[in-house]
Amino acid sequence: MLKKIATLAITTLTFLASLFLVVMPASAESTLRVVMHSDLKIVDPIWTTAYMSRNYGYMVYDTLFALDSNLHIKPQMVGDYSVSEDKLTYIMSLRDGLKFHDGAPVTAADVVASINRWAKKDGMGQMLMEYTKSLTAVDGNTVQLVLNKPFGLVLDALAKPSSNVPFIMPERVANTPADEQIKDYTGSGPFIFKEDEWKPGDRTVFVKNPNYKARSEPSSWMAGSKAVNVDRVEWISIKDHQTAVNALIAGEIDYMESVPHDLLPLLEADPNVHTGVLNPLGNQYMYRMNHLHPPFDDVRVRRAAMWSVNQKDFLQGVIGNPDYYKECPAMFFCDTPLATDKGADIMMRSDYAKSKSLLKEAGYDGTPIVLMHSTDLNVLANLAPVAKQNLERGGFKVDMHSMDWQTLVSRRSKKDAPGKVGWNIFMTSWQSLDILNPISAAGYRSNCDKAWFGWPCDTTMEVLRKAFAEEPDPVQQKAIAVAIQERAMDYGTHGHGGQWLGVTAWRKDQISNVPDAPLPVQWGISK
Amino acid sequence: MLYFLIRRILATIPVLGMVALFVFFMLRLTPGDPAAILAGENGEPHQIEGIREALGLNKPILTQLTIWLGNILQGDLGESFFFNKKVTELIAMRVEATLSLAIVTLIITLAVAIPLGVLAAYKHGSWIDRLVMGFSVLGFSVPVFVLGYFLIFILSVQLKWFPVQGYKELADGFWTFLHHLILPSLTLSVIYIALIARMTRASVIEVLNEDYIRTAYAKGLSNKVVLMRHALRNAAVPIVTITGIGIALLIGGVVVTESVFNIPGLGRLTVDAVLGRDYPTIQALILVFSLVYVFINLLIDLSYTLLDPRIRY
Repeated sequence: MLKKIATLAITTLTFLASLFLVVMPASAESTLRVVMHSDLKIVDPIWTTAYMSRNYGYMVYDTLFALDSNLHIKPQMVGDYSVSEDKLTYIMSLRDGLKFHDGAPVTAADVVASINRWAKKDGMGQMLMEYTKSLTAVDGNTVQLVLNKPFGLVLDALAKPSSNVPFIMPERVANTPADEQIKDYTGSGPFIFKEDEWKPGDRTVFVKNPNYKARSEPSSWMAGSKAVNVDRVEWISIKDHQTAVNALIAGEIDYMESVPHDLLPLLEADPNVHTGVLNPLGNQYMYRMNHLHPPFDDVRVRRAAMWSVNQKDFLQGVIGNPDYYKECPAMFFCDTPLATDKGADIMMRSDYAKSKSLLKEAGYDGTPIVLMHSTDLNVLANLAPVAKQNLERGGFKVDMHSMDWQTLVSRRSKKDAPGKVGWNIFMTSWQSLDILNPISAAGYRSNCDKAWFGWPCDTTMEVLRKAFAEEPDPVQQKAIAVAIQERAMDYGTHGHGGQWLGVTAWRKDQISNVPDAPLPVQWGISK
Repeated sequence: MLYFLIRRILATIPVLGMVALFVFFMLRLTPGDPAAILAGENGEPHQIEGIREALGLNKPILTQLTIWLGNILQGDLGESFFFNKKVTELIAMRVEATLSLAIVTLIITLAVAIPLGVLAAYKHGSWIDRLVMGFSVLGFSVPVFVLGYFLIFILSVQLKWFPVQGYKELADGFWTFLHHLILPSLTLSVIYIALIARMTRASVIEVLNEDYIRTAYAKGLSNKVVLMRHALRNAAVPIVTITGIGIALLIGGVVVTESVFNIPGLGRLTVDAVLGRDYPTIQALILVFSLVYVFINLLIDLSYTLLDPRIRY
């Protein structure tokens, strides 16, 4: 009887499996199936700084200017532009033939409304507006920006590559108050968002924008041609990394934005899968101390912490494979125009004797410092345990509080005294695009209560940042950036825990022409 | 019976009320600020404050509670903090996947567990009995994710018989729909097969020792008739109870299975909502789950009257 049951079960299973193998439909439409690093939740890239919303923005919208792979700013929606000799007036003309997804032409009025909304949310946008006397539509195609005093970062702001990106929306959409989410998803970018097919937590669908007018220059990061070679893109939300890797191996998806380093060997063993680094600059670990409360309200204690930790231990503890990390003395990333090693010794090696000596000098009383430990994100989970060990060797007593990343994000905004609510130190990671200069990088802002979490209060840093923002000459800007890095180290604004590279994987037997870019762009890909 | 039904339905109101209050206050006491999460990776303090104000999170807790309860009484479960959509719309998008997974799992479970349980009871003490009980222990002991990954590796990655992940709606075609559901349902059913087979075996063994079974054999009835008509039916009450609880658990969120097989069901929605501190979605989901539990328990109680005529309400 048992034998009969077993035979019946196996026969049924085999029959069903073979039946399914022949019923899988073939599709003539080319659909790129992508697993991004997270799920898209908010479809307003101005309302939030979430990276997924930014990535969505690059699919649906376009920008006036854009950064290329040489870190040069290139016109994107703009055709021609000019700057007056006194550097106070910028005239920008839109390229001919730009259209929104609904067929309406992109006009200067759309640009003005979009920049105004963006500037209400974004730090760099707010700074631009402080220097702006007027921003007007001269005619249907031309925008005029008049400054009240020179601002060296006008184009940097308009080409800001990461959250929040100044995407151009129709005027009626951009008139939505900045604190409200938009409900009309019309853009002019290379893809059209299919709201009717969007299933939050499952999949996000885009189709090719047939009216998109690509630039003639070759694609280079976010600049140049954004010509689309597939009919449809589906972002499939797969939360479990192992499942996503299995799906890639089985050919169920074409592209996986972010592969955990520990799963790489599985993909590297598959001849049909290509693994590679698309963002050569990568990411940077940062540790931030809370300047509001003892003991880190004392610069000597902050410097003691910086002498305790070192980049190599962080990188080895989290990434492990030296192919995907780099010790780097430059706060504004190695191999970039603002890179310098000035003042960086304190970040590169641990000197526990120096740390203990500084703690003694500062009168540190041995009160444990609250170290927040994020446990659920692969690329952050080991940072805090490494820091704990190093800080303890440097003379600190450490109370490590483990929590999920979302709790950490919430708790870091609390100014309460360290304990159950407040905190002393936490670690995070920044994408290179966010911190290429001291204005876009939130960590340098040292205007006390208005500064980024940790709230440093340093007039010298603020003066330097202002000087950087107003300096139009790149050579002078570099000199100021060097001074800013040195000041950050002296004052202990924050520390740099090393650079690491994210790995992307795709089916090389199914797709080609995957562009290099510091964020996952999908124009140019062929299938 | 009608009085029983009315009484049971009315009894759900205070239960749901208590659940609502408990969930509301529990969420507010949980660490984590939805506004900070919504603001994103680079969210600035001023942006977080703006979002908190826009969502009404800076209002006193009692005011927030009053607004929420008021909306519920008008049939409005609220809008997700994250997706800019009504919570009811989100639940509606996910309910098919969870229900489908539950139904296919249940079919597999009942088709396998009850014959196995009856067989083990009939062959009580034999190697077949020990084999079924051994399988039952194994079914309880192997974590769902281990079994899931194992089946994916063998049946999907190596043999390519089934897809690794994903869910296809019934509207996409029945075979495609079933093709995507078989592996997760098979994985999920193992623990329920173990549970129900064990329960069936115990109940049937107990019944097989009753006098009326001896009488049935004495009448000359065949093994099949005695087992199916007399033994199984009289053993059905505990089996139905445990099956009903199983259904409620399946609908209440099979988080691990949905994650491993990437099925966008209510379980994953719950986890996402909890991780994102999406208060309106969590509150609505827990209310819905409570309602499902109450309803299924009611159905179980009613089914007793069909299975055992001695039971009257």
